Amino acid sequence: MNGVHDMGGMQDMGPVERERQEPTFHASWEGRVYALWRVLRARGGTWNLDAFRHDVERLPPADYLRMTYYERWFTWMIAKLVSTGDATPNEIETGVPAQGSGRATPPITSQRAADMALRRPTARRDVPAVARFTQGQPARARNMNPIGHTRLPRYVRGKAGVVVLDRGVFLFPDTNAHFLGEKPQHLYSVRFSARELWGESASTRDSVYLDLWDDYLETV
Amino acid sequence: MADNEDKTVDRREFLKGAAAAAFVSESGATGSAGGAQDHDHQIVPSDPTLRVKALESLLVDKGLVDRAALDVIVDTFETKVGPRNGARVVARAWVDPAYKARLLQNATAAIAEIGFASYQGEDMVVLENGPKVHNMVVCTLCSCYPWPMLGLPPVWYKSAPYRSRAVIDPRGVLREFGLELADDVEIRVWDSTAEIRYIVLPERPAGSERMTEEALAALVTRDSMIGTAKVDLTPAGERP
Repeated sequence: MNGVHDMGGMQDMGPVERERQEPTFHASWEGRVYALWRVLRARGGTWNLDAFRHDVERLPPADYLRMTYYERWFTWMIAKLVSTGDATPNEIETGVPAQGSGRATPPITSQRAADMALRRPTARRDVPAVARFTQGQPARARNMNPIGHTRLPRYVRGKAGVVVLDRGVFLFPDTNAHFLGEKPQHLYSVRFSARELWGESASTRDSVYLDLWDDYLETV
Repeated sequence: MADNEDKTVDRREFLKGAAAAAFVSESGATGSAGGAQDHDHQIVPSDPTLRVKALESLLVDKGLVDRAALDVIVDTFETKVGPRNGARVVARAWVDPAYKARLLQNATAAIAEIGFASYQGEDMVVLENGPKVHNMVVCTLCSCYPWPMLGLPPVWYKSAPYRSRAVIDPRGVLREFGLELADDVEIRVWDSTAEIRYIVLPERPAGSERMTEEALAALVTRDSMIGTAKVDLTPAGERP
């Protein structure tokens, strides 16, 4: 989707503002949102990382830009809990379970939380897939504009680069985000010269590397 | 397809409603003026504090979440994960050429080798900076970051200014970080579009030849491992 999240190459967004001795979380609610996200995600169900990213990408653009990072997450979480039937808007508003609603046993104990805090489900898939490109081969990022989720940024579409490395087989976010299957395929590190991406004013030496799936590339 | 489109609209409408409900008080306060003054990402309205507390309490009462599990996760990220992890890897690579070779060849295995075996699931790649090649890392689409090695990303890394400009104007961005690179230095920007996570191996600073591995690790900053800074002889903790 050509959304506001796809920021590479946009201009006039202001200076990069750094903070001295930045804390992990700027307020305790940010840490709680992060932890809730991890715990709710570990329950499984209709959840995957790509679908989460796509939901966040589809926040109304003005809200996306205005909100802080964890405000986006919190907004997503509320919508998700309602859509899965885990909570009603009224319950979320009041913080109190509706009368007569049952009480489950929390699936993630503190013991399990300690165990999983540092782990991430891998997106690598140990299945055979045909690699359409080899190291050193020129390749062009396809000019495609899907309305769904994609990890092919706008700034590289239609541009020619060189496959630097085959990183192996990974699930494909464009289908996985929509629960249309993992469609495992090869992922490549592809180098694009700054000149190819940005034109003559760019440095002749500089380049940008992206990790791109087979379905994002065409032969040159 | 029609089904999918309907679903898309439903979900979008829902997110809109959620956004309005979640931050209704904030939009009036910061959403009106537009322009440069809106770039401050540190403004945290008091509203989320109450709303998140209510949500947590609801989920605990419903038995969906164990409060102690949340505490463990917050504590892990506040006290156990951070740039000190990455700094240990960098310092080891500086003092041990064989380790460095393994790290550049297969970072995931080499990182696990020195005591980070429990940090599973990340495909790590280490990028070596040198006098003529400078690597820097960005995620233009969201906030992908090697958190087992560096902790959760700083606000600037997730911000629109960095995400938008790192790929089109890396030299300008580095200048804002106080790093002026000569024209003959090649800049490689790595956009983390997939589930590969990048960490930069910065150059070992001149004058550190006699330092121990532990002392070297204390010099390595978070920004140097993102590629927006170099390492010098100032300990990381004493830097701004």
